[in-house]
Amino acid sequence: MRDSFDILVAGAGPAGMAAAVSAAAAGRRIGLVDDNPAAGGQIWRSGGELPGDARRWIASLEASGVVRLQGWRVFDAPRPGVLHAERGDGECAELGYKSLILATGARERFLPFPGWTLPNVMGAGGLDAMVRGGVPIAEKRVVVAGTGPLLLAVAAHLKRHGARIVAVCDQAPWSRLLRFGARLLTEPAKLRQGVEYRMAIRGARYLTGCWIVAAHGHDRLESVTLRQGNKQWNVPCDFVGCGFHLVPNIELPALLGCRVDHGFVSVDENMQTSIPGVYCAGEPTGIGGVELAVLEGRIAGLAAAGRPEEARKLARRRRGKLGFVGALEQACALDPQLRSLPTGDTRVCRCEDVRFVTLHGHSTWRDAKLQTRCGMGPCQGRICGPATEFLFGWRVESVRPPIFPALVSSLGSAFESDGPHPNSAPEGAFPTFAKETP
Amino acid sequence: MSDAARSIALMVNGTAMSVAPGTTVAAAVLMAGAPTRRSVTGEPRGPLCGMGICFECRVTIDGVPHQRSCQILCAPGMSVSTAGLPTS
Repeated sequence: MRDSFDILVAGAGPAGMAAAVSAAAAGRRIGLVDDNPAAGGQIWRSGGELPGDARRWIASLEASGVVRLQGWRVFDAPRPGVLHAERGDGECAELGYKSLILATGARERFLPFPGWTLPNVMGAGGLDAMVRGGVPIAEKRVVVAGTGPLLLAVAAHLKRHGARIVAVCDQAPWSRLLRFGARLLTEPAKLRQGVEYRMAIRGARYLTGCWIVAAHGHDRLESVTLRQGNKQWNVPCDFVGCGFHLVPNIELPALLGCRVDHGFVSVDENMQTSIPGVYCAGEPTGIGGVELAVLEGRIAGLAAAGRPEEARKLARRRRGKLGFVGALEQACALDPQLRSLPTGDTRVCRCEDVRFVTLHGHSTWRDAKLQTRCGMGPCQGRICGPATEFLFGWRVESVRPPIFPALVSSLGSAFESDGPHPNSAPEGAFPTFAKETP
Repeated sequence: MSDAARSIALMVNGTAMSVAPGTTVAAAVLMAGAPTRRSVTGEPRGPLCGMGICFECRVTIDGVPHQRSCQILCAPGMSVSTAGLPTS
């Protein structure tokens, strides 16, 4: 399948929907490509109730005339102005664009601890997504752990579905969460929401400076051991949702060659990246939550559609909100003691079952990949990369296509028409097979 | 229309089950009590990220392996099998 757009948006979460809708008002051909079965991204994932903002943006998107490619996963950017995407059934698409808006969102950061690979131990957002996908949670005992504002939101949502929230454990100390709470006085809507979440789970233990040291069970989760200070105790449970805040999905921006600074995509006031005509909005530019993501999406959409005056007005509002990004990062800073959670036998790379002890003595991410296969499985280091960054200080380098596993037939169709990939090794670096010239 | 009429019938590891519309294949597999896959050293695994990134939820759907079950909705007549267990 081939299609081309004046403006193509990658990612249909809050930022991507806002970008597509804002750009569409200018009457251009807009495409919105997204990996999930429905629009909304992760925070506004379909299934169960959605906040009013989410419903309004989804309704606007439906009325907008934007061409929606839902269930398509972008795996390559073979040349400027073109993305390649694949659908679950193996269908491949070549998507052309004049301007591109990257709204690729974020994922949870996972830290390995003994037993974290047991079935029913999931991310906090991961468990929430599974419940939205139909997993019955009523009367199930749930421990929500990790760090960040997502924990309370998830616990409150699961409670509404009848879960028995046994404990919510944030690794951050109480003093730091209190400071973050005080910072929220300037963001009354967020503060109100936090209080509502806390009220929704009253009766559940909310523990600070506390984390899971091990999950236990035979073929699936049966209990966890929690630690707070010097205290350590066992808690029976059916599900764990454990995530340590968020890391941005910057694989596609990095593949395109957008400048990345300290792990986030650099943008100007119009949300334009270091590549002219390529914009980025939402969490990949800094983890700031849904409100900021929507604002950034609107700015990117207006700027890409050639409406700089309107974009500039919103850019002023954005500047006032950027302080929250830093405050959130501080509140979620990881306790160094979490580095001692894995034992020698703990799997760090879940795809390739690489144990913690195996990774000792390697100096870089690349070295560990080559010697141990850490990060070489189908997730391509999306899970263990951020973990090893925290555990060993390794920086994940060298994003190469395909950025998601793709069928050989898709790669074949990608390479036939395009000649050598611009990111591929220089000619002569590897032996090549003679190619017939037409 | 009654809930039963609106429910979706599918097979998971050879056992018939019915789920509500909008249910992901990962949720159906979890309800069936099966791990989604075995790791390279044989450990049972289930979904982790719920958003199509970790690849722990890979199952075989209608004979096509390595499908990320958390990103796919159940459809009538679907046949799902998980690693190490016989296909229906």
